[in-house]
Amino acid sequence: MPRTPQMIEKGLTLVDAINEALYQEMERDDRVMCLGEDVGLNGGVFRVTEGLQNRFGPDRVVDTPLSESGIMGSSIGLALAGMRPIPEIQFEGFMGPAYDQLVNHAARFRNRTRGSHTVPLTVRVPWGGGIHAPEFHSDSPEVMYIHNPGMKVVCPSTPSDAKGLLLAAIRDPDPVIFFEPKRVYRSFREQVDEGDYTIPIGKAKTVSEGTDVTVITWGSMVFECLAAMDQLPDDLSVELIDLRTLNPLDTDAICASAEKTGRVVIVQEAPKTCGLASELTTIIVERCFLNLQAPVQRVCGFDTIMPYAKLELQYLPDAKKIAEAIGAVAAY
Amino acid sequence: MDQGANVRRMPYTAWNAFVEIFMAIRTAYTANIEHISILDENGVLDEKLAKTASGEPLLTPEQVLFLYERMVECRQLDEVAFKLQRSGRLFTYPQNKGQEACALGSGFAMRKGQDWLVPCYRENAALFLHGMPMGHVLLFWAGDERGSIIPEGVKITPIAIPIGTQMLHAAGIAWAQKVRKNDSVVITYFGDGATSEGDFHEAMNFATVFNVPAIFFCQNNQWAISVPREQQMNSETVAQKGLAYGAQCVQVDGNDIFAVYKATLEARERARQGGGVTLIEAITYRLGDHTTADDARRYRSADEVESWKNKDPMIRTRKYLEARGLWDEAKQKSAEERAEAMIKKIADDALNFAPPTTDEMFNYLYAEIPEELRRQRDTLRTNSLSMNPEQARLSESRR
Ligand SMILES: Cc1ncc(C[n+]2csc(CCOP(=O)(O)OP(=O)(O)O)c2C)c(N)n1
Ligand SMILES: [Mg+2]
Repeated sequence: MPRTPQMIEKGLTLVDAINEALYQEMERDDRVMCLGEDVGLNGGVFRVTEGLQNRFGPDRVVDTPLSESGIMGSSIGLALAGMRPIPEIQFEGFMGPAYDQLVNHAARFRNRTRGSHTVPLTVRVPWGGGIHAPEFHSDSPEVMYIHNPGMKVVCPSTPSDAKGLLLAAIRDPDPVIFFEPKRVYRSFREQVDEGDYTIPIGKAKTVSEGTDVTVITWGSMVFECLAAMDQLPDDLSVELIDLRTLNPLDTDAICASAEKTGRVVIVQEAPKTCGLASELTTIIVERCFLNLQAPVQRVCGFDTIMPYAKLELQYLPDAKKIAEAIGAVAAY
Repeated sequence: MDQGANVRRMPYTAWNAFVEIFMAIRTAYTANIEHISILDENGVLDEKLAKTASGEPLLTPEQVLFLYERMVECRQLDEVAFKLQRSGRLFTYPQNKGQEACALGSGFAMRKGQDWLVPCYRENAALFLHGMPMGHVLLFWAGDERGSIIPEGVKITPIAIPIGTQMLHAAGIAWAQKVRKNDSVVITYFGDGATSEGDFHEAMNFATVFNVPAIFFCQNNQWAISVPREQQMNSETVAQKGLAYGAQCVQVDGNDIFAVYKATLEARERARQGGGVTLIEAITYRLGDHTTADDARRYRSADEVESWKNKDPMIRTRKYLEARGLWDEAKQKSAEERAEAMIKKIADDALNFAPPTTDEMFNYLYAEIPEELRRQRDTLRTNSLSMNPEQARLSESRR
């Protein structure tokens, strides 16, 4: 939707920024469609698609039947036939029925047909915990889609990054999963460029530069890491990297920082075992072995089911645990 | 874009014939669906239909009285839960308001402790009839796993949040009853929206192919969050979807406790005798928002809601009782007071329940906790230097 006076004065939330990107791209490219459960008239359960149906009509902003496999499979068909579908899966916990279509079809068409068929779709998925949602509404399953080749995976943490990355994702010739950290949806506002800009997929961002310890994270954990840094002594210099894109990884940026500091902490919401942090650790150990001054540390969700709301904050990594791990690698 | 334009270019007669055949098939399917209605909006009972196969009264006035009191309680629970959510003590809650006759009529037709209930999340009253403590349901929506604890002897699966998934479990549970020659029938609940998921079709197919004692009970409340039934499906009824699978299919007035009870009882008896699967479509209406996180005013008209308010199952059940001298305003008041006191106590107990400890996250994942997980539980850390201080000390001794 066009900006409101509040947005002009105070800036955009993550929700506003994603909405603006969708709006502008639908204006620019009439092949772009949004489809999913409750995305039309209701504007999505998080109001991310608010106002789009009003502007672009029910043929381009479509309330679909309640079927994730249907949404994903037919989006693949739409993409094969030249459209630019943006399916929404209402919560990451409901990607299950769409998994087969995503992993076995969206991700494989290009390779199977040696490039004669491609699937340029962008799947938007509210992702992660921290908003006291019910069971199955707070998971972080990104690694399932990183591990399976053929899909790009993006997870922005700020409104400006979200807008630029979403525009890049929609224009990308391959399927992109766009995970939106729910906890950040309305947690803050920032001024966002009103124009058309993209942020390249595959490029990490250095949130703050430092020389003693590298902290790597993505999504809402960026803000827990910033809070952790506030708890640390002033003379400890931390470099914070927000991956932004989870596949393909910006390995050069990751390794450059690891080589510089020799001490690395990786923070992720998802369970520890075989999470993205495991892969990052391996990359750093493989490539920066002689630079390392301390064992790489992973501060993660536990290897448990994401608990219901009452325990979710005990499950999620928090500033205290992150600060402790940073302190431990610094002292090692 | 307009597919119709091409078709319409066919010679007029061919097009006409096509339309006629299409409409005939459509009507045939719809016509095959029996619609049962026994207690109308004014509380008037169709005495002929309100009988069992053997001519007994379908429900005695005393039984209706019992069920009506459960409706009062369920409605009260909705009120209390709604207020608790608004004051921040419950995180989310889906109201059942307007659909109580579905849960009660069907739940009452199933035998407690003998038959299985495989619910989604909008049939509270059926769960309570079958022994699920009310407090558990509140605890669940307050974000506590202990709300999903199923008491010994209660044959209910936990509330199913991922839409449609539970129907396949119901097919499997029913299959086991058949294999083990148990005299138990399984009823599974789901919404109109859920019939769009593949799981619905797969469950119907499995259940009918293996001819298991299962009842598929669809609460067609006209909406799946903001999507109306007409946009959810192109078929005129939910019930007719079962015809393709060779199930018995019936549509009932879901706000009519007699009709719901009758259809479920017949389905249960048929299933027990090896007669297979029934799909019941109960026509009802969600009078409240989808959940406390929703605002239905965004997508449906006040007029529509108003028109369904007259069809409220509580109104007609009360009229039925009043006409028989079993109910009046004084009784209503005292029933409401009793329900209020009861639910206040249950809510207080549920919300004052000691919060879960972090151990709860770890202890129920496997029968036996693996070593690495035990270390995570005991340290509440995942990074090796915090989990194992020895590792840190080692570095000092090396320096
Ligand atoms: C697999 C899955 N997809 C999406 C959702 C989100 N969701 C929760 S309830 C609902 C609508 C359900 O409609 P219906 O089946 O008609 O049941 P009702 O809520 O009307 O009782 C949706 C889309 C979900 N819980 N699970
Ligand atoms: Mg519904």
